[in-house]
Amino acid sequence: MDRAEYERLRWRCIRRGLLELDLTLTKFLDQEFDKLTEPEVEAFKKLAELEDWDFLGLIVGGKELSDPHEAAVLAKLRKC
Amino acid sequence: MTIPVHKYDVVIVGAGGAGLRAALQVSEAGLKTAVLSKVFPTRSHTVAAQGGVAASLGNVTEDNWHWHMYDTVKGSDWLGDQDAIEFMVKKANEVVVELEHFGMPFDRLDSGKIYQRPFGGHSQNYGEKPVNRSCAAADRTGHAMLHAMYQRNVKANTQFFVEWMALDLIRDEDGDVLGVTAMEMETGEVHIFHAKATIFATGGAGRIYYSSTNAFINTGDGVGMAARAGIPLEDMEFWQFHPTGVAGAGVLITEGVRGEGGILRNASGERFMERYAPNLKDLASRDVVSRSMVTEINEGRGCGPDKDHVLLDITHLSPETIMKRLPGIREISIQFAGVDPIKAPIPVVPTCHYQMGGIPTNYKGQVIVPKGDEKSVPVGGFYAAGECACASVHGANRLGTNSLLDLLVFGKSSGESVVEDLKGNPRAHKPLPANAADVSLARIARLDNQKNGESVHEVRLAMQRTMQKHAGVFRFNDLLKAGVEEIKKVAERAKTTEIKDKSKVWNTARTEALELDNLIEVAKATMISAEARKESRGAHVRDDALDTAETPAGRDDKNWLKHTLWYSEGNRLDYKPVNLQPMSADVESIALAKRTY
Repeated sequence: MDRAEYERLRWRCIRRGLLELDLTLTKFLDQEFDKLTEPEVEAFKKLAELEDWDFLGLIVGGKELSDPHEAAVLAKLRKC
Repeated sequence: MTIPVHKYDVVIVGAGGAGLRAALQVSEAGLKTAVLSKVFPTRSHTVAAQGGVAASLGNVTEDNWHWHMYDTVKGSDWLGDQDAIEFMVKKANEVVVELEHFGMPFDRLDSGKIYQRPFGGHSQNYGEKPVNRSCAAADRTGHAMLHAMYQRNVKANTQFFVEWMALDLIRDEDGDVLGVTAMEMETGEVHIFHAKATIFATGGAGRIYYSSTNAFINTGDGVGMAARAGIPLEDMEFWQFHPTGVAGAGVLITEGVRGEGGILRNASGERFMERYAPNLKDLASRDVVSRSMVTEINEGRGCGPDKDHVLLDITHLSPETIMKRLPGIREISIQFAGVDPIKAPIPVVPTCHYQMGGIPTNYKGQVIVPKGDEKSVPVGGFYAAGECACASVHGANRLGTNSLLDLLVFGKSSGESVVEDLKGNPRAHKPLPANAADVSLARIARLDNQKNGESVHEVRLAMQRTMQKHAGVFRFNDLLKAGVEEIKKVAERAKTTEIKDKSKVWNTARTEALELDNLIEVAKATMISAEARKESRGAHVRDDALDTAETPAGRDDKNWLKHTLWYSEGNRLDYKPVNLQPMSADVESIALAKRTY
């Protein structure tokens, strides 16, 4: 991912409608993002497109995802 | 350097509830309309609103606009303008029914009518008993509202400029507003949006405080832009604090937790609210609970290594009750406080929630400023609505569910005023001043060339800590006085912030630096207005405002029943009278009284 693409993704993560997502995603980008595998990056990009309440519900709820890369990213988000 | 110019009839800044409602009004009237937003519209902070929208439909319990008006005036601690309040409560049913027609999925009664639930401060028969006045779409009212209005705007051919940040207001020699400059984030280029009418709907600036329930996006962009362009800001000392934000994170823990038996405790485990509110205890009104918490912390009975918070305890409730009655609270607490509330109490502090003041407007959404001997003269071509504006319907304290009503009513009325003006008096665009983009270009050039400056993060943190310490939920004369000097120093530091990344494309560091310029204006306005107001009223509570027969609960109507106007230039203060006269002869002025619940 080039710098511009990362920065665009970053903006779309640190300026959400919900504070809970701003906090979680900022921490995730600062602490976890660099360590993601390529497929995990793609999975995260997909999750980041979710509506705010759906995304938050996923992070704080107990639901698991069937896609292994999305599941791995979700586990990391939950730790942030 | 040539700056690209986009010509529209109307440019709207902000695509939350107020911006989308305003856009609909002007687009459907056939005006060519651009809406600028830092984010995709349905990710505006309106999405966070869960409570509902107030309207005296009377679908569940008997209700009428007179009662709603009384509640709102009383809630405002009589600082609200009664003409604007009458206008808002009378329009409530209309805007809610319209929204229903736009496809908003309101909760319904078996009869098919919109379901309504009770909410704090709203009453039947002038304070007699609670009323069901809030119309909601489950706990996603704001979300559903944004979606319904966005879809309709797309059909109406509103043109959205998403991920654009408005930078500065363009005014000509007559003081008329001719649009804005804005930065396209994808390219970093500055453009001009030249318009016959400009509507600000940029939301609040709750991020001036260290502890805030507001999303990071709430940087008061419109409020800061207006201030830099010479428009005074009204009643900026009034901020609503929510008693239970998670300490450190700010994430809101709903009042429902105390409703279900949650208890606030200090460092020694004492249920301290028994001392402050022997009857209602932990369920006393928001401001009473918040002040009690701050008193505990200030007197050294706070919890944690820094003694800077208190604890919200529900460990005495059964896990089944917590799971059943307070769904989501356990998860939110584990995620954001690092605490499982079944096993341990949640650390909480009073947290900034809502900005009552803002850009001064009348009930038509026109921005109004003093001119000569007149106190309220409309600024040509300039309108504002929603949290960034001060109509003023919330006065010194807002009632829950009146914020969504505010953004619908005044979003619509500002749009109607624009349509009336542009259709009634068709005209060409006024010519742009030659230097229309100079201020914005200079701000960006300063950032590009700055050396040996501080980071935006450091200065923003200094601002937030200063505001939290000196102009928090409970205010003290010496702290406010010192706070004025402190915030002026921070404002000086903000002038020399430095960003390491100078690239143009998607430079989020630069955007955050530009946001800080807006936050700083709001922070100065708040501190200086708060220091000057020597009384307690609504959300502005001073420890030295004494409760006497003449000044009940510290409210001094003889000297302070007036709106503050703060000017950025020279930090000058002016005042204007509160409009106690309603809009029509349908209702008499609601007479001043002590605010008790």
